[in-house]
Amino acid sequence: MPSRDEIFEKVQSTLVDALGLDEDEVTATSRLKADLGAESIDFLDIVFRLEKNFGIKIPRNELFPESLFTADSGFAENGRVTAKGLDELRTRLPHADKDTLDALAKDPRVENVEDLFTVNMVVNFLASKLAA
Amino acid sequence: MRWFWIDRFTEFKSGSHATAIKNVTLSEDHLHDHMPGFPVMPASLMLEGMAQTGGILLGEQKQFAHIVILAKVPRMTFHSWACPGDTLVYTAKLIEARDEGGMVEVQAHVGQRLVAEGEIVFAHVDEAAGGGGTIDQKNFVFSMLRGVLDVGKAGDGSAE
Repeated sequence: MPSRDEIFEKVQSTLVDALGLDEDEVTATSRLKADLGAESIDFLDIVFRLEKNFGIKIPRNELFPESLFTADSGFAENGRVTAKGLDELRTRLPHADKDTLDALAKDPRVENVEDLFTVNMVVNFLASKLAA
Repeated sequence: MRWFWIDRFTEFKSGSHATAIKNVTLSEDHLHDHMPGFPVMPASLMLEGMAQTGGILLGEQKQFAHIVILAKVPRMTFHSWACPGDTLVYTAKLIEARDEGGMVEVQAHVGQRLVAEGEIVFAHVDEAAGGGGTIDQKNFVFSMLRGVLDVGKAGDGSAE
């Protein structure tokens, strides 16, 4: 099984290819949308490349869940993630960084949810996937 | 103007790869603006031709159950150009095909000369997202591009 550093390096080169970035722009704490400029369709491209580069299958919604908050889910109210929503996020995104989840709990605006999608989150996901 | 940027498939291997040709002719209006005095096939329309080749390859693999849309061009390099009289040969290799979409690697050649190469990502837009299923992808391909999927339409019945 590759080391965490090796996984990071591969994720870094994957993101360089998918998002047209320079290597030094991609750090462990980079947020895919806010820092690296990823748009929704890029997530599909990233998943394709990760599957190819790591030789694994990533089922839909496992790494980047879609539609986390439907209108009647009770996960968000008045633009803020509810306690139930935070629990759901912890369940659906076990690979999310604890620090970013804690930050979201403190400032639970719905637009902050996408900050959970960091390079570290992708590395965590792959490390657990490759260890399985 | 009809939005067909391939003339015919010359090879179609379901779920694997496809080759289509586009004959560039001086009777195409757009060549007279691109460029005046130096007519060359616009790169954007070569990209569309490669996307039609790859998009039909992807759509066919799922029996046209999904609406396939060009979502992203992560990489595309044009090395050369195509002039009236040239036959562009587009090849597409299916790299990924999933429920959410797919990806192809494409190339364009004129004879042995590499004109362009790159990658194209497609997304599947399901019927709910398409506004109640008003687009019928299967009908689109089979009525608008009738015959284009048939390999072997040359006068002597060969693919070429």
